[in-house]
Amino acid sequence: MAGLIFLGLLVVAVVFFVGIYNSLVGLRNRVKNAWSQIDVQLKRRHDLIPNLVETAKGYMKHERETLTAVTDARARAMGTDGVAARGQAETQLSAALSKFMLVVENYPDLKANENFLSLQEELTSTENRIAFARQSYNDQVLFYNNKIEMFPSNIIAGMFNFAGEEFFEIEDASEREAPKVQFT
Amino acid sequence: MMWELIAANRRKSLVLFAGMAAVLCTLGYLTGRVALPEGGGYLGLIMAIAIWVVLSALSLFGGGSILLHMSGAREVTPDVHPQLFNVVEEMKIAAGLDHMPKVYIIDEKAPNAFATGLRTEDSAIAVTAGLLTRLNRDELQGVVAHETSHILNRDVQFMTVAGIMLGSIVLLSNVFLRGMWLSGGGSSSRRYRSGKGGGGGHPALVLVTILFAILGPVFARLLYLAVSRKREYLADACAVRLTRYPDGLASALERISESPLRLEAANKVTAPMYIHNPLRRKDGAALSGWESTHPPMAERIAILRGMSQGAGLLSYQRAYAKVKGKDRSVIIPTSGLRKDRPVAVREPHPEVAAQKSAKAQARDVMDLMRAVNGYAFLLCACGLKIKVPPDFTEPHIVCPRCERKNEIPHAKVSDAAQAAAVVGAMVGALAGAREHEEIPTARPAPGAAGEEAPLEYARRGTGWESFACTCGQLLQLSPAFTGSQMVCRQCGRVTRVS
Repeated sequence: MAGLIFLGLLVVAVVFFVGIYNSLVGLRNRVKNAWSQIDVQLKRRHDLIPNLVETAKGYMKHERETLTAVTDARARAMGTDGVAARGQAETQLSAALSKFMLVVENYPDLKANENFLSLQEELTSTENRIAFARQSYNDQVLFYNNKIEMFPSNIIAGMFNFAGEEFFEIEDASEREAPKVQFT
Repeated sequence: MMWELIAANRRKSLVLFAGMAAVLCTLGYLTGRVALPEGGGYLGLIMAIAIWVVLSALSLFGGGSILLHMSGAREVTPDVHPQLFNVVEEMKIAAGLDHMPKVYIIDEKAPNAFATGLRTEDSAIAVTAGLLTRLNRDELQGVVAHETSHILNRDVQFMTVAGIMLGSIVLLSNVFLRGMWLSGGGSSSRRYRSGKGGGGGHPALVLVTILFAILGPVFARLLYLAVSRKREYLADACAVRLTRYPDGLASALERISESPLRLEAANKVTAPMYIHNPLRRKDGAALSGWESTHPPMAERIAILRGMSQGAGLLSYQRAYAKVKGKDRSVIIPTSGLRKDRPVAVREPHPEVAAQKSAKAQARDVMDLMRAVNGYAFLLCACGLKIKVPPDFTEPHIVCPRCERKNEIPHAKVSDAAQAAAVVGAMVGALAGAREHEEIPTARPAPGAAGEEAPLEYARRGTGWESFACTCGQLLQLSPAFTGSQMVCRQCGRVTRVS
């Protein structure tokens, strides 16, 4: 009888153990998946830029510099390896793009172009997606890290070396600030 | 943390289901006992469970599609409203959903939206045409975030299952009370009373059963409605946490509640899933208070506007307690609050398009609804946009303004997807007309040719013409088209028009 009870407890313990282990693996995969989602959206932005520049070129004859800045920043972002360096390059691209969108305000013809409007909507959405992908990554990391630190899952996390992940923080705070328009 | 919220919700749902199931089973047993004192109790119990199983089966198999069908929603392609698709995808990313919800547009002018789908794999978000034209990007994002939260929190599942339980209880008690009425007052069934020995068992038992049959459904309904209202608050809180922008949802709710229009296609079953209660009292005012599936709109807006400290769940909880005037009132389970981290409110999105006049807005709603319903749009040379219904079969249509005879293009529009393609082509044509003011150079090259190089198409006359791109997409040229090239909406390939 005692043996049976012991066996029953053992089975319950094993089921519990396996359940926690699986949920930890699932959460770790969600974190990875959220990270790759950021890459997907950055790639989407890279793909969008040539069309945008091509459409704007005909209207913005006097803004060569702004357009080249965007194209160059894109090329740099695509050609850079390493998380830190790439993050910096993407930040520069964001800055170049927001400057470009600011200059667009001076070209009513361009703003009336349906093709350009739809590209602008795509760009807005892509910028949002990048922000939301980062946000979602942070949410997943928070949930995963909580799980690793909490009892009883912390025991299993310790046994199988589930390490906490780092949050994605935007280094350059000015990236989030909208540029100011100056009237002279 | 939202994932802890889901877990907390699931635990609470189970408690609620157990309570409702207990009411249902007791009611079934008592009804059976009263009708057939000899072993009727178990028969009644089986009956109650049978009713529940049948109703569940009916709504679980194709429940989602029935709801969508009842509301007159149509699934649309991204061309009909690219911004809506973008916003839905943004929220899908923010919520970390594994599947992109399907997108539907409801053919109605009243602004509203709902989410459906018992599993996250076949979830769908439906918005009315009136909503799309009335809201700006941030507001639309708030509404879609609210619906995405319903999907994320498994509210659709929950409200469907709870609704079935409630329906079973109401049905059973109706059957019982009507039976009592008939057997008590109807002369035709009097012989049953005398025949079945005492006609309904002990008087005290009959009394208890009648009381239970009257009060059971009332309690079950109150419970159901209270939970429904709580889920609405929760969906608002999660929506803000997803978008990081409480003012977007707040101003969307303001605009939605301003509208005097009534949603025709809603009913009691679908009501809990809408963002704004579509059911109205007879005098036209929106339902509110304990009889409603939704909390009062003014309260929801006040809470959202009161979120000054941040966009996190804790911030919503604080604003909620302030508006409700009770510090103890809890809307978000503490397990969800404890581990959430504060999040800052983001900046509003700079508005791309200028605000339109009310008349232009109304026109946009109609055009969007026509596009969804398979109408074709012809731009007459006089500038009038002629709307051709999908069942129009004549080869020509006379312009109602200038009486010019317009040829209906070969691209016969039969469904919404193709209508969307036509609208897309129209937009392209308009853009082209504005883009190139110079007279196009004549080109004798016939038909479409080339591989990577731009395609060529020679116009046959000055009327309506359509041609197919190599990807199969149909492109249309209007009599007013003066451009030299067209860009395919589907593959982006350029076709030179001469």
